[in-house]
Amino acid sequence: MIYDTVIVGKGPAGVSAAIYLARANLRVLVIGKGYGALEGASVIENYYGFSEPIDARILHENGIKQAKRLGAEILEDEVIDISQNYEDGSFSVSTPNEKFLAKSVLLATGKARKNLKIPGFMDFLGKGISFCAICDGFFFKGKRIGVIGSGDYAAHEAQELVRFSKDITIFTNGKEAESDKFPPEVKFVKDKILKISGEDKVEKIETELNNYQIDGIFVAEGTAGAGDFALKLGIVTKDDNILVDSGYMTNIPGIFAAGDCIGGLLQIAKAVSDGANVSISIKSYLKNKNGKGK
Amino acid sequence: MIMAVIEITKQNYEKEVIESDKTVLLDFWAPWCAPCRAASPIVEELSNDESLNIKVCKVNVDDEPEIAYNYGIVSIPTFVVVKGGSMVAKKVGLQSLESLKELVGAE
Repeated sequence: MIYDTVIVGKGPAGVSAAIYLARANLRVLVIGKGYGALEGASVIENYYGFSEPIDARILHENGIKQAKRLGAEILEDEVIDISQNYEDGSFSVSTPNEKFLAKSVLLATGKARKNLKIPGFMDFLGKGISFCAICDGFFFKGKRIGVIGSGDYAAHEAQELVRFSKDITIFTNGKEAESDKFPPEVKFVKDKILKISGEDKVEKIETELNNYQIDGIFVAEGTAGAGDFALKLGIVTKDDNILVDSGYMTNIPGIFAAGDCIGGLLQIAKAVSDGANVSISIKSYLKNKNGKGK
Repeated sequence: MIMAVIEITKQNYEKEVIESDKTVLLDFWAPWCAPCRAASPIVEELSNDESLNIKVCKVNVDDEPEIAYNYGIVSIPTFVVVKGGSMVAKKVGLQSLESLKELVGAE
């Protein structure tokens, strides 16, 4: 079974696209956790058509109900990996427990990139700090690796990294380990990170209670966002936004992006508009790919 | 004329990179790295732009770990600009064509 489109993120951009695609009779799955940026807004006063302020939660839930009624599938879960299958160009979208096949993918995860606010973090980007275990694990064969994160996404990165080194420490940065999928050989450090330090490359993670000699750091805090997937798939970004063409497609054919992750006005109206627009492009992309109209 | 992207090995490194009279762009990549594969058409397009008057080269870090080590590569893709045998600029991560053009123009 293959979906026409798997949409990552169930905020207004993703769900709006799902509504249009489902109405066009396409097989759509939306995967996301929580409300995204809407969680920060309690009431919305500036969205067209509501004479009184509306509760952001209700707007979100209504959107989900609407998409479901029209035939979209909605899954409350976290996407930990997206990869392209080179034989046929299709995509695999993975959650901690399942893998879904798709002809196209829409990234609608909200703001693309999250840098950690840890002293030293920006200084060592590309000098031992990486966002992509599968790309850069190779450089730390048999070395001391730190993973910053605590959930399923961090566990997924740790699984990639045990192929290269058995010396892996998960730095949860003040959190509890929230996944049961960490490889058995990893160690955990649960106190807060104070600083990342070194000469011209990463050498040490300093936490509240101790200092740890580390050669490479892989960042996988929270859930993976559009920026993380962009890095791993090779999607071009600019100023931390995903770059798309006029049809909302990224440089990788079949992968689209919409909403806050492509920048512009960070508003529901714009996200919904992106969702509608991208659905048109996805439909024509699928039509050309399938060689038949739908 | 279409300029090919030159694959760098230990054997041709001195001649193609260190002794080059043109500015050299080195693209450090590996076959398992999806963003490196995505960079490939962008790098090719760059190599076809004659007005830039540069030499575009690729280094497979899996085959040539020593060259990668010498440039301090710990993340791929990484792009390095070499002028007169020395590294003058370095950028980590997939870049747009514009960003690469800017990089090779760097003094």
